[in-house]
Amino acid sequence: MSGSEPLLRVEGLEKYYESESDFIDRLLGRQKEVKAVDGVSFEINEGETLGLVGESGCGKSSIGRSVLRLREPTAGSVYFKGQDITTLSDSELRDLRKEMQIIFQNPQSSLNPRLTVNDIIGEALDIHGIEGGVSRDARIKELLERVGLNASHANRYPHEFSGGQLQRIGIARALAVDPGFIVCDEPVSALDVSVQAQILNLLEDLQDELGIAYLFIAHDLSVVEHIADQIAVMYLGKIAEIGTPEELFAPPQHPYTEALLSAIPEPDPLWEGDRILLEGSVPSPIDPPSGCKFHTRCPRVIPPSDYEFEQEEWRAVMSLRHRAREADIAVETFDAEGAELTAALREELDLPSALSDPEAEQVVQEALRSVADEAFADAERLLSETFETPCTTDEPVLRRTDAGRVACHLFDPAYENGASDGTAAGDGPTTSDGTSAGSAPSGGD
Amino acid sequence: MSSETSQRTTERGRIRVSGFDVDRVESRDPLSSWEPDLQSEAGRGRLEYAWERFKRNRLALFGAATIGLMVLLAMFSRPIQLPGSFPVLAGQTVQPLSLAPADPANQDVITGYREPTLENVLTWPPTGLYLFGADWAGRDILSRVMYGGRWSLSIGFIAVAMALLVGIPLGSIAGYYGGKVDELIMRIVDMLYAFPFIVLAIAVIAVLGRGYWEMILALVVVGWLPYARIIRGEILSVKENEYVTAAKALGSRDRSIITRHILPNAMAPVIVQATLSIGTTVLVAAALGFIGLGLSPASAEWGVMLNVEQDAIARGRWWAGLFPGLAIFAFVMAINLVGDGVRDAFDPQGDQTDTDTGGLR
Repeated sequence: MSGSEPLLRVEGLEKYYESESDFIDRLLGRQKEVKAVDGVSFEINEGETLGLVGESGCGKSSIGRSVLRLREPTAGSVYFKGQDITTLSDSELRDLRKEMQIIFQNPQSSLNPRLTVNDIIGEALDIHGIEGGVSRDARIKELLERVGLNASHANRYPHEFSGGQLQRIGIARALAVDPGFIVCDEPVSALDVSVQAQILNLLEDLQDELGIAYLFIAHDLSVVEHIADQIAVMYLGKIAEIGTPEELFAPPQHPYTEALLSAIPEPDPLWEGDRILLEGSVPSPIDPPSGCKFHTRCPRVIPPSDYEFEQEEWRAVMSLRHRAREADIAVETFDAEGAELTAALREELDLPSALSDPEAEQVVQEALRSVADEAFADAERLLSETFETPCTTDEPVLRRTDAGRVACHLFDPAYENGASDGTAAGDGPTTSDGTSAGSAPSGGD
Repeated sequence: MSSETSQRTTERGRIRVSGFDVDRVESRDPLSSWEPDLQSEAGRGRLEYAWERFKRNRLALFGAATIGLMVLLAMFSRPIQLPGSFPVLAGQTVQPLSLAPADPANQDVITGYREPTLENVLTWPPTGLYLFGADWAGRDILSRVMYGGRWSLSIGFIAVAMALLVGIPLGSIAGYYGGKVDELIMRIVDMLYAFPFIVLAIAVIAVLGRGYWEMILALVVVGWLPYARIIRGEILSVKENEYVTAAKALGSRDRSIITRHILPNAMAPVIVQATLSIGTTVLVAAALGFIGLGLSPASAEWGVMLNVEQDAIARGRWWAGLFPGLAIFAFVMAINLVGDGVRDAFDPQGDQTDTDTGGLR
């Protein structure tokens, strides 16, 4: 079981949800899919912790639940001790529940308010027939003491405890079956900072004593940094970067990781680091952007090699293109005509009055005229046909860099000299995904 | 200012926040003066706790006592003989006591039988031995009220219990599994709801014929609908709780998740609805009797007694309608008190809201 095989190996995991639809839509097959997790692979070794960070809605929790098959994954495999759990039957899965457990974010709703602590922890023992009779109570007391609670608390109801104590009960419940792997789904997000530290220390102690592996989901990099052996950064259902904390915090980094790290608050009043502010918001996972999913907000999109762009100019052109695609420019609110209107649009879109490359400038002017006529589709087509960048067409795969594995074309040798058309997108050594957003008809409507 | 700007830096980590220092966290003072109290020795189940709380609720106890008294009076009003079709003990008397002062079917208990005419109805005001008086046919009302409890009470309890047995499983399945099963069950509920209540009951009785069990069945056919709906709605919200996911993660079976984690947290509104329904079901049974589809007019069911004496008060015979009406009133009120008590008993958080001044918890 040990050897080279990791405790948990996830391959190409996908979890799609069906979006809200009424009966008629279902009849006509007009259902849309929310791609919460879109081809994710990672490994966790025995006794190790993988931290999973990302914005809310990026699919972190879906991964946590799919790995335990609390939600059926749409595609992909989850190997636990070499066994693909996505193919297990219900009864086989039930046996495996002893090995894999989960701790939840909200301790108030993760404990049944109508059961005493005794019943809550005892349930795990009853289901798997672990301990009966007197030793059952003894085991519950032992578990409570292990997580730092008074054993005499066993006969109380959850509402008689504080948040930190409830979280400890939740941990005791997970520990009751002696698992080798626990999914921690934002276990400290709902707790105040001093209690967070206690719970994190408890989790670390338990790992040292019992050799439990964690999948630690959080949205706070500073929390994960302390507990994780590996950190994976997620963006919109995909892993953007994965590596040890040292690798992740050191360049080269995915532009998204860079932005996340710059957002960690620094207590030093004299600190003057540049905060990277990302434009816009996370795109909808129903209709994710083509190519690299981060290209709509990325400050370091690869500019086309045929034109000379300053990075900021190029970013502004990309925003223009993205907003033209979404038809998200309220032209009628500008009280101007002709040249004045395009000037106003330029200001709105942070485009400089003249781009450094005159050829590009002409294309942008034409696109702006189309936008002024509210012909957004024309503008979008013009921009995407003229300025080609791998970021919008090819999906990046995780590839090894000097520090960690990063899914970004910036680190792809094929694009080293900017976007050169004709070069096939380098298929990296990592598993390529079954469905690629680049070929999906996402730009169709 | 200039010296300060020279110290400005883009380097992180000059000030470290040490919240994760194990020794410090463990050795420092406790965060509050909170000490464990409420020590109890052995683990007690939910039911024991609920019973403890129920016992402390005097109104609920009063209601339960009232119902208990009515049930006892109904049981011991007349001797009970097993029907002839009963195996082994056929025809045996299993309950020999007879508390009712007269045979509830005996007409003109005071003066002996006389043919009633329009002027001469055989009714008597409350007197001596016959405390509640006699009805239009000269039958002792006290005896009939006591004996009639057998019909009224049992119709209420049995019809509601059977409706719960149908409604809760169906509603639970619909709410928990969702999808096509949910769609199917809830469309059936909608369909049955589309019929006016009385029309559906008439249809059932028209098919099955009149009688005690036929009426109960008619009441169940319409009675399970609200329970299915309520329990489904509750389950939809309760099943989103993480303790349900936790139970799944522990490997609980669906049946145990529903009965142990979901239903206890979804039952409160159903319990309240069901207790209220026991009262209204008794009234509905009477209404069915009124349109000739319930028990026979000769039976001592309380609603039927009211119906056959509709004009009693107008004719000055106040006692004929008052006592059966009072019996229904007392029963419905008692059952509501008990329902409230049961609901409070099953809600452990109720203890707190009683002592707290309210507000946010």
